[in-house]
Amino acid sequence: MDAATWTVVRLTAELAALSTALLLLLGTPLAWWLARTASPAKPLLAALVAMPLVLPPSVLGFYLLLLMGPQGPVGQFTQWLGLGRLPFTFSGLVVASVIYSMPFVVQPLQQAFEAIPERTLEAAATLRAGPLDRFFTIALPLARPGLVTASVLGFAHTVGEFGVVLMIGGNIPGQTRVLSVALFEHVEAAEFAAAHRLAAGMLGFALVVLVLLHLANRSARGARAA
Amino acid sequence: MTLTACLRLPRRDFTLDVDLQLPGRGVTALFGASGCGKTTLLRALAGLERAAGRVALDEAVWQDDGRRLFVPPHQRALGYVIQEAALFPHLDVRANLAYGRRRAGPAAQGFALDAVIDLLGIGALMARRPATLSGGERQRVAIARALATAPRLLLMDEPLAALDAPRKAEILPYLERLQRELALPVVLVTHAMDEVARLADHLVLLDAGQVRAAGPLATLLARADLPLARQDDAGVVIAARVDHHDTAYGLSRVVFDGGALWVGATSAAPGAPVRARVLARDVSVARVRPQESSVVNVLPVRLDSLQADGHTTLLRLRLGGAAPQDAAQAAPTWLLARITRRSADTLALQPGDALFAQVKGVALM
Repeated sequence: MDAATWTVVRLTAELAALSTALLLLLGTPLAWWLARTASPAKPLLAALVAMPLVLPPSVLGFYLLLLMGPQGPVGQFTQWLGLGRLPFTFSGLVVASVIYSMPFVVQPLQQAFEAIPERTLEAAATLRAGPLDRFFTIALPLARPGLVTASVLGFAHTVGEFGVVLMIGGNIPGQTRVLSVALFEHVEAAEFAAAHRLAAGMLGFALVVLVLLHLANRSARGARAA
Repeated sequence: MTLTACLRLPRRDFTLDVDLQLPGRGVTALFGASGCGKTTLLRALAGLERAAGRVALDEAVWQDDGRRLFVPPHQRALGYVIQEAALFPHLDVRANLAYGRRRAGPAAQGFALDAVIDLLGIGALMARRPATLSGGERQRVAIARALATAPRLLLMDEPLAALDAPRKAEILPYLERLQRELALPVVLVTHAMDEVARLADHLVLLDAGQVRAAGPLATLLARADLPLARQDDAGVVIAARVDHHDTAYGLSRVVFDGGALWVGATSAAPGAPVRARVLARDVSVARVRPQESSVVNVLPVRLDSLQADGHTTLLRLRLGGAAPQDAAQAAPTWLLARITRRSADTLALQPGDALFAQVKGVALM
């Protein structure tokens, strides 16, 4: 692998890892809330989270660009904070990826949380476990397969995203030039050998991830039945 | 010790509206048809359901809307066991037992969990996961898990309803032993009269969220004016003790205030307390003591009241009928007898009549 490709792969992995970490941090409480609440705000919030599933990524990217740009409210806020502008930076990519990949993390988690019977959590309550205690000692361990699925899907989708990345990040080597964009560039320049290396690599990566996911969830179920 | 519950909670099908003082010892059964609010009441006692009102176990006030006080379930010193057991599937039996014990403070650390594990016969299951346990084993672990927090009150919601008859028979003796060996008040929700007859000391009859009657089990079962008396399995429960065994005929004699009964041989030792259940349909009456009858249990009684119900008549009989002057006796023992209305008319039965009750069947609980 040449130095430029290595930079692209490393940047992509960093982006996906950081985004996944943030996604789990934000998505887990959100999924827990969505799974347990009877609030009238639930449908609206669920729809907002699911938006990236139905919206063309370029549309999402366009609006994020406007929001985070110098005239946008988010852009003015980040400038006021002294963080500068987010578009065409690595931080901007992370923010966009988190928003774009949110449903792939929240939905498996929400389903896993919803599958936990209320009576199991109530049993924990009558055994002196407070709300946070119940969440960490009962809900999270029981939602483990959902947690694994959510991490893998969040990571993989961040790696694979193109439209949003191009809109927000552009194509700055070492900063925002990730795999999908680099692949597009190689194809544009008719460098098919280089394109093959990246494409086949991603294909292999996706296959390995899905097989591992399957194995992880099977062993989780097996551990529970055993 | 007293459990006070004054609770109100509107539901779709009924409004729970109770004002109860329950004895702080023994087993209190909440009994009624499904949908009468007994589970809702139990959940409100635990704080799992937010009803309006007040709940207190002696000086420990768990809810008092007047003082804007609501103690969440995890801060109430209670144990809660439900039909489905609700063991934690990701933890083995040992960790399930440790879960509440670890969180319940010093009282639970001093609690003799090993004795409960022996009592419930789950010592060999410690390393097993809940998914590998039978229904009866799961339920015993759930009971031990609740007891491991050293609660001051044990709430049980149909703990036996999910089990088939053999599993039920497996658990009932454990529940009885628990009752005898731990001085822990229990509130038990059930719709099975045999569980009530066997376990309960105190009975609360619920109907559409309201308390229809509440009181000692023997008193309520002997009342002819409650819906219980119209059931096919209507009958009384008599607190007795074993007098002696007749090994030659395989019979045991049990005695109680107002009489004695011969029953099929029991393994209980002489002097041991037993419960004798006599169904109304197994009791008939005669004006003179039957001679040369195969019925071994003939007891002198005095007719207290009659109540016609369709083609049958329900008789309320006071045992020890030969001595009407001792009406001041603290708690008389009663029998119910269901006879045909025709027999009641033929015998021209009147309240106050001295009769002989022939008891065809007695079940020791």
